[in-house]
Amino acid sequence: MEPILRGVNLVKRYGRVTALDHCNFELYPGEILAVIGDNGAGKSSLIKAVSGATIPDEGEVYLEGKRVHFQSPLDARHAGIETVYQTLAMSPALSIADNMFMGRELRKPGFMGSVLRRLDRPEMERIAREKLTELGLMTIQNINQAVETLSGGQRQGVAVARAAAFGSKVIILDEPTAALGVKESRRVLELILDVKARGIPIVLISHNMPHVFEVADRIHIHRLGKRLCVINPKDHSMSDAVALMTGAKEPEEQHAA
Amino acid sequence: MSEGSANSQDYETVVKAGTAEKVAEFGGGPVSALKRIQHMLHKAPSMVPLIVLVMSIVIFGILLGSKFFSPFALTLILQQVAIVGIVGAAQSLVILTAGIDLSVGAIMVLSSVVMGQFAFRYGIPVEVAVGCGLLCGVLCGYINGWLVAVMKLPPFIVTLGMWQIVLATNFLYSANETIRSQDIDSQAPLLHFFGRTLSIGADEAGRGGATFTYGVIFMVCLVLLLAYVLRETAWGRHVYAVGDDPEAAELSGVQIRKVLISVYVLSGLICAFAGWVLIGRIGSVSPTSGQLSNIESITAVVIGGISLFGGRGSILGMLFGALIVGVFTLGLRLLGADAQWTYLLIGVLIIAAVAVDQWIRKVSV
Ligand SMILES: Nc1ncnc2c1ncn2[C@@H]1O[C@H](COP(=O)(O)OP(=O)(O)O)[C@@H](O)[C@H]1O
Ligand SMILES: [Mg+2]
Repeated sequence: MEPILRGVNLVKRYGRVTALDHCNFELYPGEILAVIGDNGAGKSSLIKAVSGATIPDEGEVYLEGKRVHFQSPLDARHAGIETVYQTLAMSPALSIADNMFMGRELRKPGFMGSVLRRLDRPEMERIAREKLTELGLMTIQNINQAVETLSGGQRQGVAVARAAAFGSKVIILDEPTAALGVKESRRVLELILDVKARGIPIVLISHNMPHVFEVADRIHIHRLGKRLCVINPKDHSMSDAVALMTGAKEPEEQHAA
Repeated sequence: MSEGSANSQDYETVVKAGTAEKVAEFGGGPVSALKRIQHMLHKAPSMVPLIVLVMSIVIFGILLGSKFFSPFALTLILQQVAIVGIVGAAQSLVILTAGIDLSVGAIMVLSSVVMGQFAFRYGIPVEVAVGCGLLCGVLCGYINGWLVAVMKLPPFIVTLGMWQIVLATNFLYSANETIRSQDIDSQAPLLHFFGRTLSIGADEAGRGGATFTYGVIFMVCLVLLLAYVLRETAWGRHVYAVGDDPEAAELSGVQIRKVLISVYVLSGLICAFAGWVLIGRIGSVSPTSGQLSNIESITAVVIGGISLFGGRGSILGMLFGALIVGVFTLGLRLLGADAQWTYLLIGVLIIAAVAVDQWIRKVSV
């Protein structure tokens, strides 16, 4: 099977730091791929390179077998890749609805929209509310609340809902449950499985081993800026994974898990 | 599924069972009155300048009676504020993107000089000359925007440089020459367009009553139009997002270069219109006029509750800020006070406004 999203020999340097060192990456249709690795291993750099947030210094990115050159996150988004960045990428002073529709605002039908460029606030609010309710993260009257008045977990929920609502080909989640409580994390996991059931593949970066082992089809272990190996969670234990990612254990021969 | 994950889920089974319930309820409304005020201001930051404006009108009205509280005096304030209000609108756009435009006054004056000189020196039809003046503002704005958005230079430095460049160009090009009001009236009356007036309720001799210059009407319409655009269109939301957190804006799909360049271009265009209004206001085309517009526009913006850190505030607030300055200036003059009192009070207002802004920012839970 052909990977839906593929990175080949990706290199990204920040001054003297090499965040990505000839890294390969494959995401197959319909799967949940977990990416694990120590802090600073370059996981975020990897997903930024394949989602247009940074332009890699070397290497190629392929979407559905075709070479792509994303110049901005917007390019990747137009191609159907939706990302929750670790920093969440939300405008604190703007409302939840404004943030969810940032860069893809809906305009009123007819003259008001086409000539006066007026936003269709009620419709955007309705959809935003619906998406958040699906995630079980919001009470309804607060959709116009500024994002900065939300707690960290609520913000993360909004970011995840945004990605899930709009991703059509690939959804990438960079530590989406880091600030979430037990209940909210559970919701996000359910949402991930929902998205998978819709046939959309997911990249999940997480430090939470039980969650990773619960939902992932394959686990990409990242170490020192590159892919160390890919393991199948059915064949390995969590302690294997942790040993591999911390360097306590060397991978066996590379097998296509 | 691995054995590990089965064990790990024990502590989560409770959660799984009750998935229908609401998970993260927001707490009830803010408790104390102070907190409630803070939240209200967070939503509508132009409330403070509006309250200050109304209060200052009431106080001067009580102190001065009909000398101040008359259609004539109140519309006089509008006329005196027109230039600052228009330039302040340009300044507001730039400051909302967390920038600053120190070249607004210089662009305004150069544009007015271009309008005048093109019409008089080269004998170009005045309509075309006005168009060239507006284009001059657009070009200056574009250079600012390109340097800020593409070269990623700090707006303060870019516009500090442009201020000097544009002002020097203005003096060199105009050769310090003023075009007299009578000549404009006889040969290029269109340049005085914004000086024409609309009077309501004046007496036979044309005294008293409410007098609106076209410049005042233009200022009000411009501010209302921009308020609509900033609130109700995607571009407006993007201006706020860029000022709020440019990295987040870019990651969430805003084309920040385009937004920044469009903001500086629009700012330049508005300044050029201010130059046209300036000719109507002072009568002549003078390369030495409007030197204080930079500081006055920034003052209006800050008193109006727009945050210098970008992303917060409303352009209506800027208008209230400009009017507050106008009310203080006229009110204190009618009271016979030393003009320095005006500056002193404005200074206090500026610092108070920034303090309020900082307080509003702390609203988060
Ligand atoms: N914008 C940046 N500027 C400089 N260094 C960076 C930047 N982003 C990441 N790095 C460096 O690249 C390395 C990998 O970082 P990152 O991809 O964020 O790791 P991870 O997400 O796995 O924790 C780190 O050493 C980090 O300091
Ligand atoms: Mg990271």
